[in-house]
Amino acid sequence: MHLNNHIHDGSEMEFHGLSVQLILSVPFFIALVIYLYAAILSKRRKRSWRSYRIVMWITGIFCALAAIIGPLATRSHSDFTAHMLGHLLLGMLAPLLLVLASPMTLILRTLDVKHARTLSHILKSNPLRLINHPLTASFLNVGGLWLLYTTSLYQTMEQNELVQIAVHLHVFLAGYLFTSAFIYADPNPHRTGYIYRSCVLIIALACHGILSKYIYAHPPMGVPIDQAKTGGLIMYYGGDVIDLILITILCYQWFKGTRPRMNEAISIK
Amino acid sequence: MAENNNKSNYPKNLWSGLLFGIGLVAFIDEAVFHQLLHWHHFYDKSTTGIGLVSDGFFHAFSWFATVGSLFMLADLPRRGGWLPMRWFGGLLLGAGGFQLYDGTIQHKLMGLHQIRYDVNIVPYDMVWYITSVLMIIIGIALLARSKGKSSQVGVTTNHAPK
Repeated sequence: MHLNNHIHDGSEMEFHGLSVQLILSVPFFIALVIYLYAAILSKRRKRSWRSYRIVMWITGIFCALAAIIGPLATRSHSDFTAHMLGHLLLGMLAPLLLVLASPMTLILRTLDVKHARTLSHILKSNPLRLINHPLTASFLNVGGLWLLYTTSLYQTMEQNELVQIAVHLHVFLAGYLFTSAFIYADPNPHRTGYIYRSCVLIIALACHGILSKYIYAHPPMGVPIDQAKTGGLIMYYGGDVIDLILITILCYQWFKGTRPRMNEAISIK
Repeated sequence: MAENNNKSNYPKNLWSGLLFGIGLVAFIDEAVFHQLLHWHHFYDKSTTGIGLVSDGFFHAFSWFATVGSLFMLADLPRRGGWLPMRWFGGLLLGAGGFQLYDGTIQHKLMGLHQIRYDVNIVPYDMVWYITSVLMIIIGIALLARSKGKSSQVGVTTNHAPK
């Protein structure tokens, strides 16, 4: 393991940085290819797949890739502002776009019956039910960020590549779980009520906002105060913009789901 | 039956207005005082931990309330149950209530931030408090009137989708 990477000369550091970037980007390239292949298969079987979903998936993948490979990723090692921008893309915007692309629906309709059944069995299983529950997903997502920015984990990540890969994967996966726990674009076997999801979402957003202000005032270990300030502001306002989209979609799903019927016998609150 | 339907829409109108009022004040606070005038500070050295938590929850709540209340408002006409006076009463009550809470408990007790810095704060505080109390009084008056009014003529004014 390459502890104390910063002591090595620049070129070696760049080389290690590049290998981390490549390892992290492979799953995203695979996901892109599989999705596009499945969309083509679906169309070939005369079952159309909405093209806006394909656009969502491609944009989402590129948002995630922008955060883990290329200039922004390289800069984020020395610049906390760039790091925060990357996390906004990887942990919030990319998951939102990818969830809206309904990947599970596409995969389930492309697989043959036997495999589709196995997959839906896995999706219904208790472990997935547990981590995709709004409360657990929020805890994994926002709790993970608290752990990263208020302990020495951030500094450790800067020095240890394995930790770096693990943190990035966690940020993305927790972001995806979080988004899919609140807005349902795929068939979800464990739905929770709108009011319940709204309350949990408010708590999660509050904890995210509080953490941004905390970072603004108390920089994570090894981060200069001015970078922590811009980083905190980006996290606060950037988070607000994406939260606004999340809230709007959740409310719109409520609005559509509670449409009054012509002959309304039960009043839905 | 029509009157029952109207009564059942009382809380929905009130809540939608109330939540929108809270969201509106929070939005004006953010847009005007934080961003345009730069009177308020994002973070003030005297901010207490509880102030940070309270502000975080109110910010998230008001952000949600703005969007949610507008969807609730859109839901009312399709059920033929929009009562404008009750809705506006709720709006003023929510707006005034939140402003009063922000001005007293958050600004003073929790030391979140002041309305403005390096000036005599008293007149600013007074304007803040008086407007919030006025909004609460007018809001309550509207709510009381809407109740009286719709129970008198309730049968004729509802369940007519426009």
